[in-house]
Amino acid sequence: MKGLLKFITCGSVDDGKSTLIGHMLYDAKLIFTDQEKALELDSRIGRRGGKVDYSLLLDGLLDEREQGITIDVAYRYFTTEKRSFIVADTPGHEEYTRNMAVGASFSDAAVILIDASQGMRIQTRRHIRICSLMGIKHFIFAVNKMDLVHYDKGIYDRIAREVKKFISEFETDSMRMIPVSATEGDNITSYSMEMPWYQGETLLERLENIELVRSSVQEEFVMAVQRVSRPNYDFRGFQGQISMGEVSIGDEITVLPSGEQAKVAGIYIADKKTDTAQVGQAVTLQIDREIDISRGCVISKDIELKAADMFTVELLWMDDEILIPNRNYWIKLGTKTLSASVINIKYKIDVNSGEHLPAEKIFKNELGVCDIVLSEKCVVDTFERNKDLGSFIFINRITNMTSACGVVMHTLRRSHNLVWQESDITREIRSKQKNQQPRTIWFTGLSGSGKSALANALEKRLVAMGKHTMILDGDNIRMGLNRNLGFTEEDRVENVRRIAEVSKLMNDAGLIVMTAFISPYKKDRESAREIIGQEFFEIYVSTPLAECERRDVKGLYRKAREGELPNFTGISSPYEAPEHPDMTINTEKLSVEEAVDLIIEKLSAK
Amino acid sequence: MRELTHLEQLEAEAIYIMREVAAECEKPVMLYSIGKDSSVMLHLALKAFYPEKPPFPFLHIDTTWKFKEMIEFRDRITEKLGIEMLVYTNEDGIKEGINPFDHGSAYTDIMKTQALRQALDKYGFTAAFGGGRRDEEKSRAKERIFSFRNAQHTWDPKNQRPEMWKLYNTKIHKGESIRIFPLSNWTEKDIWQYIRQENIEIVPLYYAMERPVVYRDGNIIMVDDTRMHLEPGEQVEWKKVRFRTLGCYPLTGGIESEADTLDAIIEETLQAVTSERTSRVIDHEEAGSMERRKKEGYF
Repeated sequence: MKGLLKFITCGSVDDGKSTLIGHMLYDAKLIFTDQEKALELDSRIGRRGGKVDYSLLLDGLLDEREQGITIDVAYRYFTTEKRSFIVADTPGHEEYTRNMAVGASFSDAAVILIDASQGMRIQTRRHIRICSLMGIKHFIFAVNKMDLVHYDKGIYDRIAREVKKFISEFETDSMRMIPVSATEGDNITSYSMEMPWYQGETLLERLENIELVRSSVQEEFVMAVQRVSRPNYDFRGFQGQISMGEVSIGDEITVLPSGEQAKVAGIYIADKKTDTAQVGQAVTLQIDREIDISRGCVISKDIELKAADMFTVELLWMDDEILIPNRNYWIKLGTKTLSASVINIKYKIDVNSGEHLPAEKIFKNELGVCDIVLSEKCVVDTFERNKDLGSFIFINRITNMTSACGVVMHTLRRSHNLVWQESDITREIRSKQKNQQPRTIWFTGLSGSGKSALANALEKRLVAMGKHTMILDGDNIRMGLNRNLGFTEEDRVENVRRIAEVSKLMNDAGLIVMTAFISPYKKDRESAREIIGQEFFEIYVSTPLAECERRDVKGLYRKAREGELPNFTGISSPYEAPEHPDMTINTEKLSVEEAVDLIIEKLSAK
Repeated sequence: MRELTHLEQLEAEAIYIMREVAAECEKPVMLYSIGKDSSVMLHLALKAFYPEKPPFPFLHIDTTWKFKEMIEFRDRITEKLGIEMLVYTNEDGIKEGINPFDHGSAYTDIMKTQALRQALDKYGFTAAFGGGRRDEEKSRAKERIFSFRNAQHTWDPKNQRPEMWKLYNTKIHKGESIRIFPLSNWTEKDIWQYIRQENIEIVPLYYAMERPVVYRDGNIIMVDDTRMHLEPGEQVEWKKVRFRTLGCYPLTGGIESEADTLDAIIEETLQAVTSERTSRVIDHEEAGSMERRKKEGYF
């Protein structure tokens, strides 16, 4: 008996994915009688007018049954005499591409359905690309609905040529074409009487016969540490699942990123003490000396692995919010979670033609190749060599949604050659010399809310107190450092990034910095906080819109109301108020001097 | 090197998941329902952290209508393993006299779903392991391993977070939580084979024995105590029966069986022509009832 095969069924909407799997299970007597009965009952009210609607076996959500579509991936488990299987049946709609990708990341093989009367469609091509991106190397193309084209060999041959041409772009271990009818059952589990011209395997036979190439003997060993177990002073173990090779007691191992070495002193596979463990097993390792190892470190042997903070990736964007360079996300890679951003979109991939298109942003369900940078170095490998250390997800820092998934193509040399230069004089020494605590006081609020007036008054007071300060004003910066930036979303993100980096440099110099920018978006202020660190002090100037508009110091509200200024914050573009600012100041209720008193009080208390 | 067996792969996956939760989630708990799946999950938790004890407590939602043998088993296992077992009952439901005979689906809602939500809120758990498997039911087949719940404990099946490779997203806001199903990819057959392989102790109700039962609406219901109302014409009979799943005794149907050893149970499971959920009286409502309950916060 062969090992487990995990496979996915995908393809465009209505190409018959759920029906195909439903029919296969039904034919092979792999469903229970109560489910069969429920299926036959459900079919009476289903879409096939009383005939068995096999898709109802898989479309388990109420919305799916009502709308007659697949929304999310369903998993089914079955065993034949030759093999056990897990099948991930995935949605065809473009809207639910992310759910299809979930199934693909789980699978070793893909069954791609193509409607014989339609041929390859854009979703078919998108799915093939995503399967390949997620690491699938075995493909079966089931040309479905052959009954609707009178089992015509000519039509099948034409589609076969089209598929072969398309798939030649990808690296595959095996590829087969099978003409089928999912509703009628042709070439699913038994040969079709209607297509004597097809002599190959049936779909089920093909699935039973796929040979997964298992990695043979490997010298190298790699395990990312999930957790350190320290139940008492006598025991310290490092827990994880081995992702490459094997390890034995006495082996000399290297811990990354530190590069420190030690010998393996004890191995547990789950709770069993052993001498050796191998790829796939969940283990606890003990070593012979005290070195610093925590979650996210990698224990390795006989393999060249590097820690990098900059690399090139291919990713699938899955969030409604578009990908914009320089915005901050959480990245989860291996067992490490860090802050990361895309610094450069190299190109998008046209899902149809494979063409590389220049791009400034990436939209939902698009594929792209980008350079990303991490907040600190992390052990990575290429996806090709090590799936566990070469795959990642991006998590939106505000919504916590999983925004993207991707694979590491290669690390960038720069990250090895660029070394942060420490100087002998530190920020602490510089600020001590000035006898002050550096800060970046970030004023945010509507235009005309009083940010600049407050910053000015505060600076005067601080200088009078003998402090060393600097003001960064929105308009002034745009006339100099940021004069090449406009007001598109990407430019706005870059604008904030530069201001935050400059503020940080000034904090390093020991200065107290005040910034006065509208900075209307929560995530941009979050990015600034991320760059600046604990010196960041957010003051929300909460003067209401009506009052700002009444003041209209620069005459901008009038212009915006007359439609002369598109994307004007508060009028035609939103302002997202901070939820937990360090302080809130409403200039309707406080005079400037009263406000400054409060700020000074709060700053010295902190 | 060799290819790991099917059970070894499933075991390693479940352990990886449990360790991720222990490493990343703030306040986890493991639901313990005393059934075979819970027994397997508990066994895996002991293995995953060995020689450490599982770094989280266990929680049993007691409806007060469980089989007597289940409660005895729970108390004995807790004592034997030295684990922390929290037991929670919806006292409001008890005061109102909510019971499975008179209150139908309201009973499940109040004594199970509401009780679970109350217990999770009371202790402030941010992550809860459950023993659900995808082969049990169609809406479960659609659920992620790390299943996000909002502050009202609601599951939104149309907007699940993508779950790629082994990269589980555990980020939540205050009040939200995650349900984690480490046995997602196990089948009923896998559970039984693993119980045999690992020699895991299970409640004796799974083995066939002569028990007092009545036949009701096509189900075989055990008369576990004097609270059982008999309908006119019903007779208590002694039959050799066993249970494929365990829950509240008035809502759990047994099957007539001679299988009184693990081997015989596995043999019977392999031959089974109906799914195990047929023995759960509460699942027999219309299509989608499980999904509705899950949306309300049921496990």
